[in-house]
Amino acid sequence: MVDSGANFGSDIAARTLPLAGFHGGSSAARLETAPPAERISLRARAEDVGALSGALGVALPVKPKTSSSANGRTALWLGPDEWLVIAEGNGGLMQAAKNSGVLHSAADVSHRNTAILVSGPGAAAAINAGCPQDLSLKAFPVGACSRTVFGKVEIVLLRTAEDAFRVEVWRSFSDYAFGLLCEGAQDASL
Amino acid sequence: MSASSNSGAFRIKGAGRLTPARTARFTFDGKSFTALEGDTVASALLAHGVHLLGRSFKYHRPRGILSAGPEEPNALIDVSRDAARRQPNVRATVQEVFDGAKIVSQNRWPSLKFDVGAINNLFSPFFAAGFYYKTFMWPREAWVKVYEPFIRRAAGLGVAPTEEDPDHYANRYAHCDVLIAGAGVAGLTAALSAAATGASVFLVDEQPEVGGALHYDAATMIDGQNGYDWAQASAAKLKAMPNVTVLTRTTVFGYYNHGFLGLVERVTDHVAKPDKSSPRERLWQVRAKKVVLATGSIERHMVFANNDRPGIMLASAARTFLNHHGVAVGRNVGVYTAHDSAYEAAFDLRRAGVSIAAIVDNRADPSEALLAEARALGISVLSGHSVTDTGGRLRISSMTVARNGGGNARRIAVDALIISAGWTPSVHLFSQSRGKLRFDDVNQRFLPDIYAQDCVSIGGCNGTDDLAELIDEAIAAGGGSVALSGENRFEWTGGMIGAAEGAGPDTTVKAFVDFQHDVTAKDIRLAVREGMHSIEHIKRFTTNGMASDQGKLSNMHGLAIAAEMLDRPIPKVGLTTFRAPYTPVTYGTLVGHSRGELFDPARKTPMHVLETAEGAEFEDVGNWKRAWYYPKRGEDMLAAVNRECRTVREVAGVFNGSTLGKIEVVGPDAAQFLNLLYTNAWDSLKPGKSRYGIMTREDGFVYDDGVVGRLAEDRFHVTTTTGGAPRVLHHMEDYLQTEFPHLRVWLTSTTEQWAVIAVQGPKAREIIQPFVEGVDLSNEAFPHMSVSECSVMGVPARLFRVSFTGELGFELNVPADYGPAVWKAIWERAESMGACLYGTETMHVLRAEKGYIIVGQDTDGTVTPDDAGLGWAVSSKKLDFVGIRGLKRPDLVRENRKQLVGLLTKDPALVLEEGGQIVADPNQAKPMTMLGHVTSAYWSENCGRSIALALVAGGRSRIGETLYVPLKDRTIEVEVTDMVFFDKQGGRIHG
Repeated sequence: MVDSGANFGSDIAARTLPLAGFHGGSSAARLETAPPAERISLRARAEDVGALSGALGVALPVKPKTSSSANGRTALWLGPDEWLVIAEGNGGLMQAAKNSGVLHSAADVSHRNTAILVSGPGAAAAINAGCPQDLSLKAFPVGACSRTVFGKVEIVLLRTAEDAFRVEVWRSFSDYAFGLLCEGAQDASL
Repeated sequence: MSASSNSGAFRIKGAGRLTPARTARFTFDGKSFTALEGDTVASALLAHGVHLLGRSFKYHRPRGILSAGPEEPNALIDVSRDAARRQPNVRATVQEVFDGAKIVSQNRWPSLKFDVGAINNLFSPFFAAGFYYKTFMWPREAWVKVYEPFIRRAAGLGVAPTEEDPDHYANRYAHCDVLIAGAGVAGLTAALSAAATGASVFLVDEQPEVGGALHYDAATMIDGQNGYDWAQASAAKLKAMPNVTVLTRTTVFGYYNHGFLGLVERVTDHVAKPDKSSPRERLWQVRAKKVVLATGSIERHMVFANNDRPGIMLASAARTFLNHHGVAVGRNVGVYTAHDSAYEAAFDLRRAGVSIAAIVDNRADPSEALLAEARALGISVLSGHSVTDTGGRLRISSMTVARNGGGNARRIAVDALIISAGWTPSVHLFSQSRGKLRFDDVNQRFLPDIYAQDCVSIGGCNGTDDLAELIDEAIAAGGGSVALSGENRFEWTGGMIGAAEGAGPDTTVKAFVDFQHDVTAKDIRLAVREGMHSIEHIKRFTTNGMASDQGKLSNMHGLAIAAEMLDRPIPKVGLTTFRAPYTPVTYGTLVGHSRGELFDPARKTPMHVLETAEGAEFEDVGNWKRAWYYPKRGEDMLAAVNRECRTVREVAGVFNGSTLGKIEVVGPDAAQFLNLLYTNAWDSLKPGKSRYGIMTREDGFVYDDGVVGRLAEDRFHVTTTTGGAPRVLHHMEDYLQTEFPHLRVWLTSTTEQWAVIAVQGPKAREIIQPFVEGVDLSNEAFPHMSVSECSVMGVPARLFRVSFTGELGFELNVPADYGPAVWKAIWERAESMGACLYGTETMHVLRAEKGYIIVGQDTDGTVTPDDAGLGWAVSSKKLDFVGIRGLKRPDLVRENRKQLVGLLTKDPALVLEEGGQIVADPNQAKPMTMLGHVTSAYWSENCGRSIALALVAGGRSRIGETLYVPLKDRTIEVEVTDMVFFDKQGGRIHG
């Protein structure tokens, strides 16, 4: 299913982002809400990874805690047969996966998740207010990703740069995640 | 002796490390005092000659300051910054003075100097160990009215604050290669060594500055430098390294599995005007690859008669107050010791101009080096002597000294008495790590023996007394190499555990072992005489070591006295296990960020703001906030729900169903998988159709229900109850991975992908028609239980023809971000047509009118599909599904099981209470035979009467019978009916 929407003139539904109007962060860790993105939860067996990678235009990583990016798409390893694929804007991910012709499950989760971008020298410390993972560059280098916990909610964490992370979170948990990140960001600036 | 009159008459010029010009004002019990920055409340009060700080827990005896550190059992105070920022039971020896601090003593009334509770001291023979166990046994009723209120009033020390804590607390997870607990000589050396290897290092110390024993031990030189100065320089060097984190004022309070440690950092408790953005305390949860324990050792007190008077304190404490804070603990100080270390305290005091009345050493032959130094300083040493008693009321004024083994006692006037029975290695964290201790017979101490984790103990806590050896051990523990030399004045020997001369088994004196819980040597002996032979029993009988200090001073003494009574070696009597936390941790620290809005996530649907704007009242369903009902001006809940119920059936209603659990089941074996997970059949369901499904557990009981739509051969849209969504997905995933791994199918939670707008009622079709594209909504083309992918307001949607009201109904699933816009448009049209918004309460009533169950309300985990009247949903053709064998169990197929039926009260205006018990004969003797209970009960505006659902034994065979619901004040007569109260023919759903 492509999330472009037919042209319905003035009646076309407008989009309301879950974290619209949220702002926060500190001098050490900036918090921004990510623009809308297309996302699929992709499931497939090992033998079909190649075909799906080709069809999606991004190599599905097979190593735990890694991601790969190409052509505006990022594929995050979440499990031995599970990936979160994120595309900027409307990337036609469902159709692309379908075009692979191999056995897989793709579920559109573009609206299930939203994302918070955390950046700055205290980004890791801000996230460590609620995330028990080792976010040192050695253990969690740029490109590393993990489905993990943040306080009382689940997040998918992706390191996009040495001092920048993308926090993917289910929409109804996003204001909690944002609130906890605000406190973490403040504490990271002390 | 010259003293600064400003910061206290006992402040010694030139002594200590505090800066005389930097002062802070505080009050103690309303009286104002001046302290120096860096003072603890204890050192500041001692500087003013104040020794009396509180009353003891049980006997209300006057108590002073025993130690200079976190082991303090006595000097517990109430510290406040303002009305809301107040903390009871703070150790005066840990709390740093800040300008404006309000300190109040505890456990006394009306005043510290005159305390009514001190009468307990006179009655102390009645309050012996085990008093509570023996006294409050009978009569039974007295517990509630007399004993418990009495004990509750007497129990507990300090008064908990009543106002909400205005401070905030932070939490930080961290990882490191090496965590070093304790920054004395050993810890610092290990840190320097570890840091040199490039490892990531956490160096943690509970005191405001690093240095550990160097705070008091002014004689030790490291690398030719004063030890304390070397420590500060080393810390500065470590702090400058990018791989090292130095945390002071931070206590490692817990050592858990796999190198996981809990640390509490006190961030603002010492600051006069804390920055608002600073947390009061920060919890560090650290995972360390390796842990180095350099926690040192704690000096023990001597156990002798009346050893608890204010002015009696540990020798090392007196030395800390002198060498660090520049405070003399008295002008004429007595010394009572069984260990060399007290001599050095006496020497330091003497050199600072304090008179030493005498050193009473209960050992016969102290070392010649110490005796020579004492002679040189003009201090008389009474070796082979003991202090057998003390005098004084609110402060010690004399000590009674006698030669061991009998002899004339004489009183010596003193204004302070410093004591030492030797040193107890701080093995608390080692013990918490599940390490096993061994008993060092020679030195009478427990030492680390068998390690359970990647951990090493060094220095004092490892029994390493020699400084050069300690440095070598620390360098090795750090794993790197540094060159260091150390030098101290005297080698320390000696020590004793247990009661000293004059406090033995044949005496009745009060020789305190545990100061905080007022446990004496006599109490421990009594426990043994009463038959307690295990230290675990003795501990609980006497409460020795069970106060907030966890017996840091008392455990070894208590153990030795018990061992002596039992005539067994100490290791045979055993040692109680040390538990986290090492020192008390505030609730605030443990709660951290989890308060207010961050206490628990409040899950809101995409339409939450719009619902709020329409005046919705919300109810919590799991973590979700669901619109409960929409009262109009002047309406109460019942009026609103009645209106909503009527309007839905007469016109239509719009309902937010977004919280419904949704699982996308995809793969060629999807139908086969659902066949195995649900009781009914799915392979026969055609794409474009949906079906109501029941899920049972292995035991055959109903687990969840919901409508499942087939979108394509290989794609199902499963819905679950709101509360059941996470566990149903886990249940499915569990079976998929463990029982049916051969199936080619995958599960994805899509609950939050879709905003769900239900439109129910006769005008539902008319309302949604203009917004829907790509599907013919006519009854013929899109009958009840149809599903279609289509477009709603230009966005891709999934449309279900489904009803939980018994009316013509649709559920529109649109991508969540579009939910508000679609909701707004639909509601605008619906409202213009006379429809209403309705909430979960109306949904509950409408479904009950139709006899639709709610899993978890009308079922309780012991209800089979057949019990719930859903036997039709269990396939008789399928060979396997989860629960198929469970459903064949004899108990699940027997007669007279509880079955779900309808109940109608004989008085139609009466609404039953959910949970009400049902009986056949209300006049039978109690306890009555219960036939079942009411599961749902409502006023039904559409039926013009009350309705109810109930689980009743043999319910379906009782239809037509009259049963009773006995309540406290009346009995309600009911008639058993079927479960459908409205539109029994069910025609409306196909409208």
